[in-house]
Amino acid sequence: MAETTLSSTPAPAAGASPLLRMEKVTLRFGGVVALDDVSFEIQQGEILGLIGPNGAGKTTCFNALTGVYQPTSGQVVFDGLPLGRRKRYQINRMGIARTFQNIRLFQNMTARENVLVGADAHHRTGVLSALLRLPRHRREEAEGHRLADELLELMDLAHRADDLARNLSYGEQRRLEIARALATKPKLLCLDEPAAGFNPVEKQRLMDLIRTVRDRGNTVLLIEHDMRLVMGVTDRIVVLEFGKKIAEGRPEQIQNDPAVIAAYLGVEDDDA
Amino acid sequence: MSTAAANPTAGRRRPASSRGLRAALLVVLALFLYALPLLNLPIISTPASDFRAVLFTVASYALVALGLNIVLGYAGLLDLGYVGFYAIGAYTVGVFGSLHGTLPFWLLIVLAVCISTASGLLLGAPTLRVRGDYLAIVTLGFGEIIRLVALNSEWLNGARGIQGVPRPPSVELFEVNPLTWDGFTAYVDLGETSVFMKFGLLDATPYYWLVLTVIILVLFGDVLLQRSRVGRAWEATREDEEAAELNGVPTFRFKLLAFAMGAFIGGLSGALFAARQGSINPEPFVIQLSMLFLAAVVIGGQGNRWGALVGAVVVAYLPERFREAAEFRVLIFGVALLLLANFRPQGLLPPRRAKRAKAASEQIAQLEEGAARG
Repeated sequence: MAETTLSSTPAPAAGASPLLRMEKVTLRFGGVVALDDVSFEIQQGEILGLIGPNGAGKTTCFNALTGVYQPTSGQVVFDGLPLGRRKRYQINRMGIARTFQNIRLFQNMTARENVLVGADAHHRTGVLSALLRLPRHRREEAEGHRLADELLELMDLAHRADDLARNLSYGEQRRLEIARALATKPKLLCLDEPAAGFNPVEKQRLMDLIRTVRDRGNTVLLIEHDMRLVMGVTDRIVVLEFGKKIAEGRPEQIQNDPAVIAAYLGVEDDDA
Repeated sequence: MSTAAANPTAGRRRPASSRGLRAALLVVLALFLYALPLLNLPIISTPASDFRAVLFTVASYALVALGLNIVLGYAGLLDLGYVGFYAIGAYTVGVFGSLHGTLPFWLLIVLAVCISTASGLLLGAPTLRVRGDYLAIVTLGFGEIIRLVALNSEWLNGARGIQGVPRPPSVELFEVNPLTWDGFTAYVDLGETSVFMKFGLLDATPYYWLVLTVIILVLFGDVLLQRSRVGRAWEATREDEEAAELNGVPTFRFKLLAFAMGAFIGGLSGALFAARQGSINPEPFVIQLSMLFLAAVVIGGQGNRWGALVGAVVVAYLPERFREAAEFRVLIFGVALLLLANFRPQGLLPPRRAKRAKAASEQIAQLEEGAARG
């Protein structure tokens, strides 16, 4: 599982075109400004951390770039194309997949079926193909199962493939969410607090997993509260506070940034 | 394909013999069901009413329950006006077969199915975009509107209804005599004959056979759809619509599809109902019938096709069998539903998902073998 633990070298950042650009994104709910003129870029192949105190707008940011919310102003450009008013499943097909802060699996489906649903994102089998068992159905089913087996193996869930998602342990459920997201073949994988509720050993394994995922060619956007995890695994970090971006840089720069210390450590004294 | 083949999961294979046994049992069950109106079995048969007519009614309910199970059980859409599609199917046959046209029977069936499916799409397109509760209200209204239109429209003959609805064309091949029982001894009843397949007024047997055949066909389709991308998309949408959407499932499209499939089957059974009745009027298409359909699916276990069938039998057959308790029918139903809700909220036959998962992996193993050979 952990064969790539040592590859903590920064991603090929320089020169690569940005995979995703947040351009002056503002999001208002009534009088509340959840995101205020936020701009940042995610480079191809990097692991970008998104941190900030509770209520800073991290998850809102995720929601804006997966199509759950429409920005009030500004835009999100992915792979050279503005997301515009695309539907959520279309944005997923463009190559953005995500997990959820509070696990949202299909509880009464098996682990394998959960991943298959993700794999189906790029399938086109409809009623006719399914009813007549046309070649398309057979091909896509076989391909989907192959991908599901591979991803379950990668997430160390192969032995639980036929168990209902609801019967998996907490950590397994979190990994299954990642497997399901990966099955949609995303270019950008957004993880919303994937280590919440993990013990240190599990966190270490998760860090390895995230690196493995990156090494498979995915770009990763990571929301995480655990400072050690964020500092250990990310190439760059963006810090939000009250919906505004207050800092951006390499982990060691962020660690010493006075604004971040004031916002993050000065205001709250938990975490880290 | 080597990855999957080289990676057999525990419990992937159900022994071929057990699968064969299951298939054999189903075939025997089907033959038994076909023979039921002829066997006229002592305990099963209904003493107080024409057993063959009861069988037809039960089969109609079963077909409807299968359709509603797709909408409610698979896609999780609460449709309180399913009777609307049933009525549309019935009226299409009546209107274009008798009142305003004389189309041939099989064309009428096709037309009925097309119109009810189209009405399902029309109704679903705007309403499936909103959340569940609204759908329930809108469909409730839809069912009533269809009935009221039929009642008040002169073109549809209002409350008088439509007479002379065409019957299926008969193919009279041979005669069979049903059994009659004296205690537990069987005699061939020479006084009664069923002509295979004569769609007449008195003998409901051929209609029953027709509906039973349709049910079996729908069952095949149901299995094939559910064990495919379509079934998975329905299930995922029902489980968590937003998560499904964010994982690439076009949820609206699949909900509309389920709705249309439900309308298709509802219209089909309505059309067959009209053909059997010979005359239709707005009266039977009341909201209570929707509730009864819904009860069949819920009692049986939504999401399980066999459950839906069992539910239909419970809802349609038991009241006929125990006519003496007919006065208390609604009361008994109420109590039964209460008990069920308390002790078995998933229904009599809840969906057995774990088994299905194994079947799915088994099926893929077959696919892999097929691909390897081809």
